[in-house]
Amino acid sequence: MACMRRTSFLQRAFAMLAGTNVIPGWMREPGGTVPAYGSPSSFESAVARSPADARNIALSPLAAQRGIITASGLCFVRCHAGIPAIDPSQHRLLIHGLVKSPLVLTMGDLARLPAVARIHFLECSGNTGSEWRGPAAETVQQSHGLASCCEWTGVRLRDLLELVGVSPSARWFLAEGADAAAFDRSIPIAKAYDDALLAYGQNGEMLRPEQGYPLRLIVPGYEGSANVKWLRRIKLLAQPVYSREETARYTDLMPNGSARAFTLIMEAKSVIVSPSGGQHVSSGRNQVVGFAWSGRGKIAHVDVSLDGGSSWRRAALDTPVLPKAFSRFTVAFDWNGQDMALLSRATDETGYVQPTLAQLVRVRGVNSGYHNNAIHGWRVSTTGAVSRL
Amino acid sequence: MRRAALVLLWAGVFAIAMVWIACTHTSSAAQIGQVPSADEIDAWNIDVSPNGDGLPAGSGTASAGEGIFAAKCAACHGTAGNTDLAGGIGSLRGPNPVRSVGNYWPYATTLFDYIRRAMPADKPQTLSAGEIYSLSAYVLWMNGIVSRDQVLDRSSLPRVAMPNRKGFLEHDPRPDVP
Repeated sequence: MACMRRTSFLQRAFAMLAGTNVIPGWMREPGGTVPAYGSPSSFESAVARSPADARNIALSPLAAQRGIITASGLCFVRCHAGIPAIDPSQHRLLIHGLVKSPLVLTMGDLARLPAVARIHFLECSGNTGSEWRGPAAETVQQSHGLASCCEWTGVRLRDLLELVGVSPSARWFLAEGADAAAFDRSIPIAKAYDDALLAYGQNGEMLRPEQGYPLRLIVPGYEGSANVKWLRRIKLLAQPVYSREETARYTDLMPNGSARAFTLIMEAKSVIVSPSGGQHVSSGRNQVVGFAWSGRGKIAHVDVSLDGGSSWRRAALDTPVLPKAFSRFTVAFDWNGQDMALLSRATDETGYVQPTLAQLVRVRGVNSGYHNNAIHGWRVSTTGAVSRL
Repeated sequence: MRRAALVLLWAGVFAIAMVWIACTHTSSAAQIGQVPSADEIDAWNIDVSPNGDGLPAGSGTASAGEGIFAAKCAACHGTAGNTDLAGGIGSLRGPNPVRSVGNYWPYATTLFDYIRRAMPADKPQTLSAGEIYSLSAYVLWMNGIVSRDQVLDRSSLPRVAMPNRKGFLEHDPRPDVP
């Protein structure tokens, strides 16, 4: 019996070595049935947000992302009082304040208005916030996982403002969520007339609960928390509310003791996701792969250094390159056992160049907490192991 | 002559088209959504601005807030002398800045806005206006900003002088680097 098993094992080993001559098991019988709602392959079970089952935060596995769109179930999550279970038939949006005629809208009402679909990144302003004093995270999921990019479908806020008639004295609008924090943020009204969306769709289906089901604000290029989820109220105002989330939190403390409020735009940033911390590089031809984004518009170009910044080469950008969206960049390289220091540096269409951490710290110190968009990198050791540079 | 008549004709067609577009636009707009009553708006309208807009009737004091805080807040926020809501005075320029209410927050109205909407974390939106005024007063008292029996209401709360009132820049100065 033992001999039989051994023979069988050897046969299988030879069969595997023979490669193309072998007909794999999944070709020898009919496959499975079609699930009503598909899930990733069981071989992809390691691709997951982390930490698992946390109440208010989960980081996106950027190294496993295969294009500019983040899968809805892998989108990063940051919330402040858990994820509410909202019945869309009970959900209402109130628009009031400095308007001529306040309105209450159902989800059905919103569905009757013209909709647009836009691809935009979302990034928590606390992303990479643990690295103001230098390297702290081992993987790109830990250091940069509070960023994602999805297609959002919904109604232009400016269309709704036309319906209610905005008073000339309105300068800001408050957006409030229907979660247990009734999370509220004040946003300059110019954003409403520019590109703000009231989104109900995400990547071709309704929003996921953790992304604000059934309705959220999308303010493209603005810090994640301003994109208020579970949106239930918009109030036109002459002045910002100075809510706890725009004073005690989401404000940037400068070395002179003053603080910046309403630093809403996420500035240009890039990160290499492959090779990245925890991975191994194999000998021969490899690809640097990364993502770049800017809250001010399109990425103009990304430069990659393989030698710690001594020399830079221009990365190839996948198309389409969209404003306020992830752009995917690649650079081919050969690895023959040499020690390498990989860096990426994004430039956006305004000419803004992603700064070094030293440049940021020189102006903002190390206690501003938010908006760390510094150049970031990885070391490839002589064994091929990849770690934080 | 013929040319002038044609221009007039087209001007007429254009005018009729504009009126038609305006009418259909107005009627379709009016069909979307419901007009809320003043009571409905009041029930939803929970934000409070630095000038006091949104503050309800009612009042409270720190001494009245002490017991409420012990019962509903202290489990997470500690007690006077050992709380995350006070202290750190003068630390904002130092290596370990403390963003406490007394040291960092620019407006006392933010306390009312936040407590009313989000606190206590396990039972938000259950506190009465009087309880929220009293809790706001208690937090301000722990920070040495009001006295134990100073009455806070819709007119006095916005006038509480916060130490870091001038500490915030509303205009975004970026790009500031490089």
